[in-house]
Amino acid sequence: MAEAPKPPSDATPPEAAPGSAASAAAAGKPAAAKAPGAEAAAAKPPPAKAAAHPPPAAAAPTGPTEPAPPAGLALPAFITTLQRVVPGSVSHVSYHLGDWTIVVPVAHLVETARHLRDAADAVFDFCSDVTATDWPPRAEGRFDVVYCLYSTRHRHRVRIKVKVGELQPVPSVTGIWPSANWLEREVYDMFGVNFTGHPDRRRILMPDDWQGFPQRKDYPLEGPGELLMENPLDWLKLRQAREQADIE
Amino acid sequence: MDTPVVHHGAMFDTNELVINMGPQHPSTHGVLRVVLRLDGEKVVDADVVIGYLHRGIEKLSENRNWTQIILLTDRMDYVAAATNNVGYCETVEKLMSLEVPRRARYVRTILCELQRIASHCLWIGTHAMDIGAMTVFLYAFRERELILDLFEEFCGARLTYNSMRIGGLPLDLPPGWDRKVLEFCSVMDSKVDEYEELLTHNRIWLERTKGIGVISGKDAVALGLSGPPLRGSGVPKDVRKDEPYAAYDEMQFDVPIGTAGDTYDRYLVRLEEFRQSLRIIRQATEGIPEGPIVGKVPRLIKPAAGETYHAIESPKGELGYFIVSDGKSTNPYRFRVRPPSFCNLQGLRPLIRGHLIADVVALIGSLDVVLGEVDR
Repeated sequence: MAEAPKPPSDATPPEAAPGSAASAAAAGKPAAAKAPGAEAAAAKPPPAKAAAHPPPAAAAPTGPTEPAPPAGLALPAFITTLQRVVPGSVSHVSYHLGDWTIVVPVAHLVETARHLRDAADAVFDFCSDVTATDWPPRAEGRFDVVYCLYSTRHRHRVRIKVKVGELQPVPSVTGIWPSANWLEREVYDMFGVNFTGHPDRRRILMPDDWQGFPQRKDYPLEGPGELLMENPLDWLKLRQAREQADIE
Repeated sequence: MDTPVVHHGAMFDTNELVINMGPQHPSTHGVLRVVLRLDGEKVVDADVVIGYLHRGIEKLSENRNWTQIILLTDRMDYVAAATNNVGYCETVEKLMSLEVPRRARYVRTILCELQRIASHCLWIGTHAMDIGAMTVFLYAFRERELILDLFEEFCGARLTYNSMRIGGLPLDLPPGWDRKVLEFCSVMDSKVDEYEELLTHNRIWLERTKGIGVISGKDAVALGLSGPPLRGSGVPKDVRKDEPYAAYDEMQFDVPIGTAGDTYDRYLVRLEEFRQSLRIIRQATEGIPEGPIVGKVPRLIKPAAGETYHAIESPKGELGYFIVSDGKSTNPYRFRVRPPSFCNLQGLRPLIRGHLIADVVALIGSLDVVLGEVDR
């Protein structure tokens, strides 16, 4: 079954690319220069794996499906107002299963968030969730940071989404919704998204001295195991060595 | 006697004291740690430390197939496991655009409300015990036992039920179960009055809860509080009314709200929720339709690529699931829970600032957090 924990080298095709990018990205976590190396490492293994498992075509999904709204459906008023008042804030609008999603460039995030909270036709005063999704092979940045908003006055929902790279700064929205404080801390803890201007950016669920970001797709499910007790860096080195041997 | 002034000053020098409360403390309802900075008995500031019960349920779920996850959701809010099951199953059903039969929706409503009563029983018992009223704990656990018996009869388990399936229910109701539920309702009616007699006009209770931890509706919304802590501040936000799921659109019930936004009002709101839940259970049990219990579910559950967020009203507040499917694998690509306890606990720091150290336990109890859900 797909659920059996397995070493990353034996991963099924959808996981193969992130699995091999794992150690590279995890080991080279602090260094920006490592990122291209990781890409190369990620690009290499799939052909070898594909030979072992014939059917797979695509390796890992490179992004979410973001279907545009159907032709007959009008945009809600708050989106059209947003487009008018904050130019450049909406790069894509998606509609799926009754949920509206606005894709916003990082540069306009705070401005958009403030508008959505304050504008009379939006009043998204309740930030119910901040989370992220990891799409390692994606060119435009691996993370989607997703903000789920709700309006206690109009009782409607919307999601805003920004696409960011590994070390790219994302302005914190705690100034707009104080509830985002812990939620952003969790996203930082689990994904390593680089929030800036956050009043209290510490890990929240994992121990303070934890190495790596567990919710990333290239972080193994079994974790570092007993080696973490000795020295977490040993584990990362060991994994990297194993991966290197695998590639050559 | 001549006491030197210098010595006198040193004796009454007021340094701030840092006290660590938890993670092993009976009043923190699990493994919550609060680092308190005290000026005398007054709390100047607090740091809330969580994560002691982190089991990586989100990561684990991304490596399990869609049906196996139901079992993991039990382990989040373990005093209201069926509610977690319902929330997850409904999200996947939304992702797959599945139709759930009306009978299954009615049973879900009954189970959710029974869970609300069980969860509130546990809350009123422990909350009152924290403040010093021992009797309520024994009373409330007696009634919680009745609900656990009902669940045991329905699905065989008493705590982690695994009581839902994607598309409907795993089992039909056992014969005579609905009658037992109605019997329970008539018992519970008088028990809620008992709790009320013990506490509502109790002078010690009033002293300990009135005016403690006041938060305005606007601040509560900004802090992301939901459920009774938000409604206690007068904001009528209830997912059951605003975005009805299961069979709530066919039920008659009121959403109680408070006015003052203090610990006492949060208590009153939950107390009224007992009665409203009983009202819903009666309607649902009496009107339960005949018919199938599972919709047309494909053998292999594999939602089409897409993402969705779906929220339900758990006993603690807005329980949301954000799930991404890549449409290719048999497990979710991203599984995220918006745990109401996590967001409510965030409100603890602003609430306890300026209060006495004895009120800290009252406020932790008043937010009604379950650490299994906070840490996941």
